[in-house]
Amino acid sequence: MATAEEVAKAAERRDVRDRWLLSAPALLVILLAATGPLLIVLVYSFLTPGAYGDVKWQFSPDAWISVFMERDIFDDTLSLAAAHVTIFWRSIKLAVVTTLATLALGFPTAYFMATRSEKTRDLWLFLITIPFWTNLLIRTFAVLQIIRNEGIINTILLKLGIISAPIQILYTDTAILIGMAYVYLPLMVLPIYASMEKLDFRLVEAGYDLYATRFKVLRKIIFPLVKPGVIAGSILVFIPALGAYVTPVVLGGGKNMMLSNLIELQFGQGRNWPLGSALSITVMVIVMLALLAYVRNAGKSGVRHG
Amino acid sequence: MASNFSIKHQPGFTAIAATCFIVLYLPIIVLVAYAFNAASSTSEWGGFSLRWFQSAYQNTQVIDATLRSFQIGAIAAVLSTIFATMAALATTRTAAYPGLTFKYAAINQPLMVPEIVTGVALLIFFSRIKIFTGYSGLGYLIAAHTAFCIPFAYLPIRARLENMDLTLERAAADLYATPWKTFRRITLPLLWPGILAGLMLAFVISLDDVVITEFVKSGGQDTLPTYMLGQIRRGVTPEINAISTAFLLLSVAIVTLFFFVSRKRD
Repeated sequence: MATAEEVAKAAERRDVRDRWLLSAPALLVILLAATGPLLIVLVYSFLTPGAYGDVKWQFSPDAWISVFMERDIFDDTLSLAAAHVTIFWRSIKLAVVTTLATLALGFPTAYFMATRSEKTRDLWLFLITIPFWTNLLIRTFAVLQIIRNEGIINTILLKLGIISAPIQILYTDTAILIGMAYVYLPLMVLPIYASMEKLDFRLVEAGYDLYATRFKVLRKIIFPLVKPGVIAGSILVFIPALGAYVTPVVLGGGKNMMLSNLIELQFGQGRNWPLGSALSITVMVIVMLALLAYVRNAGKSGVRHG
Repeated sequence: MASNFSIKHQPGFTAIAATCFIVLYLPIIVLVAYAFNAASSTSEWGGFSLRWFQSAYQNTQVIDATLRSFQIGAIAAVLSTIFATMAALATTRTAAYPGLTFKYAAINQPLMVPEIVTGVALLIFFSRIKIFTGYSGLGYLIAAHTAFCIPFAYLPIRARLENMDLTLERAAADLYATPWKTFRRITLPLLWPGILAGLMLAFVISLDDVVITEFVKSGGQDTLPTYMLGQIRRGVTPEINAISTAFLLLSVAIVTLFFFVSRKRD
């Protein structure tokens, strides 16, 4: 005869087993069509490129060397690959500036939304949510039409006589920056708003009672309290900005490559799948480092404010 | 003076917020306006016309790509929502058990990796499978879309489940309902708004995808976004504005629906 304890134990085991069975399809699909293939990328980065794309099954560290270095064809010496370094630098720079720009614009916007009356808040949230779920390509295309030489900005400036020739914005780094800031702004506003909505304004009032200036209240009370939202927003913007593909293709016009375009090139005309794989892993490592910094930071602020 | 002092005021914030909302919508409004332009260029206004909608409608490539997008989106959304619902049931309303954290991490993994990396990984993986099996149909795109839609479908379903306590299910079990009957008559109806929200989210996410599709698709498997990207790369015609406008309308309709479904508290 089983004791009550044994029966309970058996029931618990059954429950855990059922829970594994229930989650199996989701885990399997993700493992097969998302996580698993990442390991293959790692393997491919250590192979030799095939003549017509794909790889030869022969170990070679060349792909990893050529991520940052290039071999001189005459004397076989290694030197820094200027083209790759430029693209890495441009991608990181543009991703950081995009994050800062969306923060500068998104923080006040989230504050504005959170300080509206309870009823109208939903409306503002809705207005931010629509662009958030609108096709990124369409929004990038919309930016293209605004900043073109024949676009609305140049047309108005020309008609007003402020400029005599259209300003070339399209196909520059500035265009990519404007495009990314535009498409990723909602990703910054939403998490900051989520933190801001929970802000206890009695603390702000207490600050003013103690003769704090508006700026001091912002810096010493509001900002520290919504910092988790700010960090989450920054991560949400930085990751896709670093790996951005559509924006540089549409607004950078192929000349101003970012990392994802360099990777795509290796799988297309470049026919160097191992290098493309090594570059992909490098991008992922940068993202993982950013996430790690986020987790550590979030942990710290959790201790301080929680 | 003192009575006018608002503790919520911050100088310049309202102006910046107003600018943001205008800047967010202005390009979209211009894009939509030019979809109704009679002129062939997107720089002059030639009067109101529906000719670009007509030409998009008569373009078989556009129609094919649209149908393909819907087909992939519908299948991927239904599959990912079913799987996400099961996974949500398995990961909520329980004490921590071995493997729970792993499941969270695994389900959210597609969100942590840049799309370009997933795209490359699937390109390599699927090209191997193609060589082995010879199959080159839409299955690859559907599998890829299902995988990256799961975390999105999972979010609202899990949120809804966490707000449901087990009282009603326990009552049903006390009244000798089988687990399946309890699920069908109690859990499912209560969970339905979350499932619907997850389904819509997954559909929109699938419909919007450019990067992963661009890498996974075989020849002649353009979805609407990858077709549009190809056209934009070649040069701009108002036809793209017309397609974008139709696409936008659909997205806004789905988002509006989603907003009301997920906000409904009953």
